[in-house]
Amino acid sequence: MKAMTGAAISGSAKAGRGRGDFWKTAFRNRYLYLMSLPFVVWVFVFSYYPLWGWLMAFQNFKPGRSIFEQEWVGFEQFQKLFADDMFYQVLRNTLAMSALGLVATFTFPIVFALLINEVRQMFFKRFVQTVSYLPHFVSWAVAASIVTKMLSTENGAVNDILMGLGIIDQPIQFMAQGHLFWGIVTLSDVWKETGWNAIIYLAAITGISGELYEAARVDGASRLRQIWHITLPGIRSTIIVLMILSIGHLISIGFEKQMLLGNNLVLDYSQVLDLYSLQYGLQMSRYSFGVAVNIFNSVVSLILLFAANGLFKRITKESIM
Amino acid sequence: MATRTRRIGASAGDRLIDALITAVLVVVAIATIYPFLNVLALSFNDSTDSVRGGITIFPREFTLENYKIIFSYESLITGFQISALRTIAGTALGLISSSMLAFTLARPDFQGRRFISVYLAITMYVSAGLIPTYLLIKDLNMMGTFAVYILPGIVSAFNVFVIRSFIDGLPYALQESAKIDGANDFTIYWRVILPMTTPALATIALFIAVGQWNSWFDTYLYNATSPHLTTLQYELTKVLQSTTSGSGGDYRTTNMTQALAAVSPDSVKMAITIVVTVPILLVYPFLQRYFVSGMTLGAVKG
Repeated sequence: MKAMTGAAISGSAKAGRGRGDFWKTAFRNRYLYLMSLPFVVWVFVFSYYPLWGWLMAFQNFKPGRSIFEQEWVGFEQFQKLFADDMFYQVLRNTLAMSALGLVATFTFPIVFALLINEVRQMFFKRFVQTVSYLPHFVSWAVAASIVTKMLSTENGAVNDILMGLGIIDQPIQFMAQGHLFWGIVTLSDVWKETGWNAIIYLAAITGISGELYEAARVDGASRLRQIWHITLPGIRSTIIVLMILSIGHLISIGFEKQMLLGNNLVLDYSQVLDLYSLQYGLQMSRYSFGVAVNIFNSVVSLILLFAANGLFKRITKESIM
Repeated sequence: MATRTRRIGASAGDRLIDALITAVLVVVAIATIYPFLNVLALSFNDSTDSVRGGITIFPREFTLENYKIIFSYESLITGFQISALRTIAGTALGLISSSMLAFTLARPDFQGRRFISVYLAITMYVSAGLIPTYLLIKDLNMMGTFAVYILPGIVSAFNVFVIRSFIDGLPYALQESAKIDGANDFTIYWRVILPMTTPALATIALFIAVGQWNSWFDTYLYNATSPHLTTLQYELTKVLQSTTSGSGGDYRTTNMTQALAAVSPDSVKMAITIVVTVPILLVYPFLQRYFVSGMTLGAVKG
């Protein structure tokens, strides 16, 4: 509420001078207030109010009491967290899958956009694009079902192809081997999102002036040289902005893929921070511990975001903040 | 871009590159679409015959039996209804909320616009996380209700900003002239802005609808013990988990999961996958021309 008065005052300073002007404008804006304030309250209830819950990380939360009647324990939950062997394994998995995902979701869509952009037959271009968006629209539940089927030992397409080509003579149990799990998650993501993520690069490429290509051709630049010297620099700022944004989300990669593709056999490689918080926090009713995991998650991702932004600012003079 | 005239005087090297690119893209397209076709073929194939293997993109022994089996489970019918209902209700409410907010934020003369923009933007980067949200839902007595699918996510900052940047692109003079004609702000929103915002609204509608149709985690978290509120995706995850993780993990098994796990016929599983997939795939070709521009719009503003 306090912050709002502050904003309102600065708003009035711009709109007019005195107090009278502010209320006059406010009255003129009454429909705008009616259309926005209910949602402001809404967002407060569902997005801001739960932030109080972060205090639980410094307590020994017992259900049934209000948040202010709990026992305060300081950093004990975090100490427990850092003392847990499991935590380091989970952190390793989270960072490994995030890093792999980051690399894959950058290189593949960019390469795909560059390739698509070089296609001149409009029908073929449209067809490939339309097909490439398809998997984005299905849920991870469906994607996991499909991936599991494709990789299964009983008539899974991947094993069939590998056997058909004579690369292997025994079907591989892809879903049962921990050391393959990171790769499976990453490639599933590539399959699902490459086409969709490429949209943004294709749009950026469309914005590059055709004259640049003409000039390059006159100078005798080959196709590859044109891609390297014109197309790629042309989408550089798009790449950088997207990269900074996704680094910010690096550690909060979610848990859907891991939860749906994982199984008990690959648990050592599939457990990620969010699932850890779900299982050790919610299902075992150790709420405070679970919240500590969440907070750790948020803090690390903020640090990564600022670090990435600072780094890019220094190197490329571009930033998002 | 499409009018680039590199074709003229294309050298042998250029044509080789063209052929290579085409080949790579053909492989990519096949790798993307083949799994869907394979699953579709399996879902229409006799399940005992499927075990023999060798089904690619056409069923060998065509049958509708798999679909008959899954549709005889009540939870699947319920799931279908609830999923459809939450998609429709969630999309409608989400569109109204984000377009109204976007309209007010696009008004240069609105006092609250800077504050509300920042206030919304913060929610994109800071979220309380799983457990506080879970406790909030519990305190609001929303466990085991349909409302839990719709209400918490009604305002999405990202959607608001996408629509706002679209409205920003419309000439402001339109609103001013409507005002001179005596329209109030709500009338302007409803009669002037909304009809012109259709492309952005279509994009956002698609985003919300896909999100609603595809979500299963809220069912798992809040409504796992309310069979009348189950969703299709949740039913699919249960079948999936019951067979991949052996012991079934922490999923509460119902009759369908037990029955399916017992026989575990691939074809039946694939039929469920198709039932869950098809409705959303039917929508997207119609909206494709919108979402490409919508994606770009959203990204520019970040």
